[in-house]
Amino acid sequence: MFRSKIAVTALALAALAAINLTPVAAVEAEGPANKKLDWSFEGIFGTYDRGSLQRGYRVYKEVCASCHSMNLLSYRNLSQPGGPEFTLEQVKALAAEFDVQDGPNDEGEMFERAGLPSDRFVSPFPNEEAARASNGGALPPDLSLIVKARKDGPNYLYSLLTGYEENPPAGVELGEGMNYNPYFTGHQIAMAPPLSEEAVEYTDGTKPSVENLSKDVVMFLAWAAEPKLEERKSLGFKVLIYLIILAGLMYAANKKLWSRIKH
Amino acid sequence: MSGQSTYQPTSAVGKWFESRLPVMGLVHDTMLNFPTPKNLNYWWTFGGILATFLVLQIITGIVLAMQYTPHVDFAFESVEKIMRDVNYGWLLRYAHANGASMFFLAVYIHIFRGLYYGSYKQPRELLWIIGVIIYLVMMATAFMGYLLPWGQMSFWGATVITNFFSAFPIVGDPIVEWLRGGFVVGNPTLNRFFSLHYLTPFILVGLVGLHVWALHVPGNANPTGVEVKSVKDDTVPFHPYYTLKDSFAIVVFMILFLWFVFFAPNFLGEVDNYIKANPLVTPAHIVPEWYFLPFYAILRAVPDKLGGVLLMFASIGVLFILPWLDTSKVKSATFRPLYKQFFFIFVAVSIGLGYLGGKPAEGGYILAARILTAYYFAHFLIIMPILGLIEKPKKLPESIAKAVLDKNGDDPGGGGAPAEAVTAPETKG
Repeated sequence: MFRSKIAVTALALAALAAINLTPVAAVEAEGPANKKLDWSFEGIFGTYDRGSLQRGYRVYKEVCASCHSMNLLSYRNLSQPGGPEFTLEQVKALAAEFDVQDGPNDEGEMFERAGLPSDRFVSPFPNEEAARASNGGALPPDLSLIVKARKDGPNYLYSLLTGYEENPPAGVELGEGMNYNPYFTGHQIAMAPPLSEEAVEYTDGTKPSVENLSKDVVMFLAWAAEPKLEERKSLGFKVLIYLIILAGLMYAANKKLWSRIKH
Repeated sequence: MSGQSTYQPTSAVGKWFESRLPVMGLVHDTMLNFPTPKNLNYWWTFGGILATFLVLQIITGIVLAMQYTPHVDFAFESVEKIMRDVNYGWLLRYAHANGASMFFLAVYIHIFRGLYYGSYKQPRELLWIIGVIIYLVMMATAFMGYLLPWGQMSFWGATVITNFFSAFPIVGDPIVEWLRGGFVVGNPTLNRFFSLHYLTPFILVGLVGLHVWALHVPGNANPTGVEVKSVKDDTVPFHPYYTLKDSFAIVVFMILFLWFVFFAPNFLGEVDNYIKANPLVTPAHIVPEWYFLPFYAILRAVPDKLGGVLLMFASIGVLFILPWLDTSKVKSATFRPLYKQFFFIFVAVSIGLGYLGGKPAEGGYILAARILTAYYFAHFLIIMPILGLIEKPKKLPESIAKAVLDKNGDDPGGGGAPAEAVTAPETKG
C-alpha cells in the first residue's frame, strides 16, 4: 500500500517535471554563475572580519562614495559592536572629514559644520536628479541594503566588481557610455570598472589587488545591510540550545505521563 | 462546553465568583477536564501550535507598531530603523515576518490533517467551515501586512492583487479604487492596510473562539474516525495529557521557527523587498509570498482574467462545500485504501501548483499549471463524490479503546491497525 502510494506520487511528480523542465534552460541561460567565495559571516557561527570591514569602509569612502549614497548608516555605526569597530576617537575623526549642512541657526541661515558621529553618511549628490545628471542618466543605487537586495548578494557583488571585460564578445554592440559585464542583467552596465590595483592605499600590509579590494568592500556592504548579524547568531545559538534541552525534557516527561495509559 | 459543568470550586472566594460568573468553570471544562480521545497523534498538535502563533504574531505586531510609521515617505525607513536602532528590533521584525510563514506552514498541515482524517464530516461541518473562514481572514491579514514594509514586492504585489477586482464587469474598477483609496496603490492604501492589519488579528481571535467552541460540542475527531463511545475507555482529560503533549510539539515547532529567525531570516522572503517601493520601476518577476503561490498558479493558469480570478476564489470556496462533496461514511483515510492514494496525489498536486506559482507564466509552466488546476478541482468535484460510492473501506475498529489494543499487538488478528506511515510519530508518544 505504502509503496504504491509512493509510486503514484513519483509518477505524478515525474510527469510534472517532464512537462516544465524544458523552458528553464531557455529562460535562465543568462550570464555565468556567480563566483563563490567562502565568506566569514556565513554559517551558524559566522562573524565579520574586522580588518576586512575597516579596509572595506575605506574602499567605500574613497571609491564608491563618489557616486553611491548610504542613507541608512550613520558614522556612529562604525564603532558599534559587530561592525568595523573603529574606536570612538577614530569615528569622530572619520566623521569630521565631511562637511555637513546644518541649521537653520538663530538668524535663520543654513550653515556648514564638520561631521559628527551622529550624522548620517554624507551623500555624494543632493538629489536623484543631480545623481542622474552626473552619471549619464543612470542612477547609482543607495548601497545601504544592496547585499540583501540582490539574489546571492555577496557573491553577486564580488562577481560584478571583478567581472568586467575590456572587450565585449563579438556581436555585442555596447551602448553609449556603457561597459561590458557578463554578471549584470543585460550585460551592459553604466558604472565603469570602479576598482583597479592599488586604487586604495592599504596600511595593514594587505595587498590592494582588485580581488582584495572587492572582497573587503563587499564584506563592508554585507555588514551595512545586516549590522546585527553577530548579535543575532550568538543569541540564536543560546536560544536554540535552551529549546533543544527543554524539548528533550518535555519529551521524557510526556513519555512518562502517557506510559500510565494505553493509547 | 456542552452539558452541566463538573467544576466544583473549593474556596469560598471561588464559590462566590463561580456563582456570579462561571468563567473558571468554562476554563476547567474546555481546557483542563475536557475528555479527549486517547489516540490522537502528533498531527493533532497543530491546533495548539496555531493558537500559539496567533498570540505571538499579535504580541510582536503590537510592539512593532509602536515603532512603525505608516506613510509612504517613512515606512521603509522606519522598518530599517527598527532593524538598526530599536533594541532587539531585528528580533521582533524577523520573528513577525517568519512567524507569518510558520503560521501558514502550520495551517496547511492542520488543513491537510483534516482532509486525511475526514475531520470535516458530520458532525463537524460547522467546525470545518469556521476553519475555512479563519484561513481566509489569515490570508487577508498576511496580504495587508506584506504591504507595510513598503518594498518593491510589497508595492507591486498589492498593485497586482487589488487589480484582480478590476476583472469584474461594471463594479470592478470602482471596487479597485475603493480598496486602494485612489487610482493607484499609494499613501491611502498603506494607511488603510495598516489599520485593517491591526484589526483582523482580533477578528481571528474571535473566530478561533468559535472554532474551539464548535470543536467542544462534538469533541475531537481522531485517527480512527470512530467516534468516542465510552468517555471512560476512549478518552483522557485534556490536562495533563494533551497540555503536555501539545506543549512539547509547540517547543519542537519553535525550534524550526527560531532556526529561520536566527540563522536564515531572509530565506523565505524576496530580495526585491529590500528595495524601497518605486511606482516607476516594475520588478522582473512579481511573485507573492510562498504561501500564496498555489493560488497564484491557478490565477495565471486561466487565459481569461475574470475566469482566473473566479477560479482562484473557487479554489478556496470549494472547501466550504467539501463536507457534502465527500460521500463516504468512513472518516479516516486509514480505512479508505483508494482515498488514501488520491489524498497523497492531491498533496503532490498542491505542492506542484506552489512550485509553478513561483515560475514565470509561460510555455510549459502554463500547461502544467492548467493540468494541475484541473486536477485540483477534479479532486473535490469528481473524485471525492465518486470514491465514496465505489470504494470498499476496510473494517473499522469497534471503538477507540479497541483500536488502541489492536495497535499495541494484543490482538493478533486485528485487520484495522490504524498506525501507518502517516501516524508513525504517535508510536513514539
